[in-house]
Amino acid sequence: MKIVLSHLTKKFKSREKKGKVYTIAVNDFDVEIPDGKLIGLLGPSGCGKSTALNLISGLETPTEGKIFFGDEDVTKLPPEKRGVGLVFQNYALYPHLTVLDNILFPLENLKGAERPTKEEMLERAKEAARLVQIERLLDRKPNQLSGGQQQRVAIARALVKQPNVLLLDEPLSNLDARLRLETREEIRQLQVKTKVTTIFVTHDQDEAMSISDLIIVMKEGRAQQIGKPQDVYEDPVNLFVAKFLGTPPISVFDAEIRNGGLYIGTERVRDAKGLPEGKVIAAIRPEAFEPDPEGTLTLRPIRKETMGRDTSILAEHPACVTGTIRTIVDSDVPADTDAEALKFRIRMNKLFIFNAETEERIRFRDDPQGGRR
Amino acid sequence: MKSNNLKAWLYLLPAIAFLSVFMVYPLVDVFVYSFEESYNSASQSYTGVGLYNYSYVLHDPYFLQAVKNTFLLVIITVPLSTGFALLISLGLNSIKPLKQVFQTVFFLPYVTNTLAVGLVFMILFKKTPYSEGLINLLIGKFGGESVDFISGPYWAKMFVLAFYTVWIVLPFKILILTSALASVNEQYYKAAKVDGTSRFRIFYKITLPMISPMIFYLVITGFIGAFKAYSDAVALFGTDLNSAGMNTIVGYIYDMLYGNGGGYPSYASAAAIILFAIVLTITCINLMISKNKVQV
Repeated sequence: MKIVLSHLTKKFKSREKKGKVYTIAVNDFDVEIPDGKLIGLLGPSGCGKSTALNLISGLETPTEGKIFFGDEDVTKLPPEKRGVGLVFQNYALYPHLTVLDNILFPLENLKGAERPTKEEMLERAKEAARLVQIERLLDRKPNQLSGGQQQRVAIARALVKQPNVLLLDEPLSNLDARLRLETREEIRQLQVKTKVTTIFVTHDQDEAMSISDLIIVMKEGRAQQIGKPQDVYEDPVNLFVAKFLGTPPISVFDAEIRNGGLYIGTERVRDAKGLPEGKVIAAIRPEAFEPDPEGTLTLRPIRKETMGRDTSILAEHPACVTGTIRTIVDSDVPADTDAEALKFRIRMNKLFIFNAETEERIRFRDDPQGGRR
Repeated sequence: MKSNNLKAWLYLLPAIAFLSVFMVYPLVDVFVYSFEESYNSASQSYTGVGLYNYSYVLHDPYFLQAVKNTFLLVIITVPLSTGFALLISLGLNSIKPLKQVFQTVFFLPYVTNTLAVGLVFMILFKKTPYSEGLINLLIGKFGGESVDFISGPYWAKMFVLAFYTVWIVLPFKILILTSALASVNEQYYKAAKVDGTSRFRIFYKITLPMISPMIFYLVITGFIGAFKAYSDAVALFGTDLNSAGMNTIVGYIYDMLYGNGGGYPSYASAAAIILFAIVLTITCINLMISKNKVQV
């Protein structure tokens, strides 16, 4: 089911201060979520992503704006009328009920014509359990399960109602690193199998980038950018998005446009024809650096680091505002990291510039993706 | 390992010494007295050993009356006070404005002196040649016959005693239950809400099982407390409880020791051991039931 969030705003009354002091958790949030996709809602903690999820689920009502499921306006509908399945961060399984009773719980709430017979309920619960591979655990209590198993139960409980939308709040944050990789793959496969529109909230960009069809990057209650993960990575609309995506993080420099070129320090890194002169912010992805004696940017190398398949050169530059520059380089390329200075060639499609005041992206004339959002 | 054990005993020594002198020794002593006929604490002498004390106590009509009163009190007040406390806590938990005020109001009886409260109840219920008492005035307003609650029929006296007991024990139970309710993770309610669970079902299927350990704790301590009731009866009916027919088991023990000159420690000990046996049995039954019922 397609979901449209139209100019959603959610203000909370501030608890400490008296009077009309509000915290704006979600601010003019305006996105359209296509049917049957897996969407990652990504942002730093406190950016309003969980509130956005609660608004979609109906646990919170928006201060302003509307929510549509398909063509139906569900803004005023209570959660149970919206047909949403919600998986909580700590799963919220009822500890006194067995796995089977937990999964049956939503079905037993149904009334009237919607209410299936006992056998149907059992059949549906077992089917949901099969879908997440926990058929063998149905008689256990939640505290007898591992974190990963508990999460499967929570997902089965959310899916058993056959919801229009599946919402996952930080689904992987309570799992250990190895399980996280496995589970995110399983969530992806489950979503492909069930084709239910799924929105998951995460602060972990790896998670969002790896399994989402689309990601929505949020900051301070606003949607910053929506797009396919790789597109957003390769074409950020502002400095926040550029900095938030990518590990190691992007390196940010104070730069200047003058004489039709982009300068970092005293070096002309590339041409910048047709752009107004003045101070800008330049940001360069770690994989954009290539050691090259003919290169355009000189860094002072600190050391070389090899971690698994990745070789990085750590370096410094006086104009860099993000501290140590971490580059990812081809290990075959020779580079003398003991030298005083090392020249790098910069891949132009991984170099972005931003307005120094607004931090919005400034596009070069020859930018292949120029004008596209 | 061995020296660790020694150290552990050393650390436990103060508590063990204290408890042995003031708890274990008296308990054993009471048990011994209960078998010694006509024990005299002044001369430390007794006339024989056997079950006579038990036989006497169990045939004493005052004791039987006290047992009947105590059991009635337990059966009436424990379920009623726990039920009311649960209702009030649920109410307190669901209101936002004035929550603090109401919490304070409901907690006041806990910090009020039992005897002072007894006096207030007397004024409310007692019938004197000069006044009918407030409750009787109300009953009269609705066209009822006035009743002497303090020295009238048995059911009226039992009603006042039960009323008083419930009122006295409510605040503690409310305190425990409100904190138990507040400690139920909000997420369970949210999850239930997303699934469209009715309020009754949320209470019955989620809230109640989650706070069941606390309810159970209150029932057990409630039983024990009610079995040990004494001061409540004194506050309402004065010290001569036997003639008022409102004695409790603990009251009977006290009377045997000190009442009317007292001086029957053997009978008192036997009664105390019987009370201990009753409380122990009831608590064991409670624990057995809870194993099946208390979830989480």
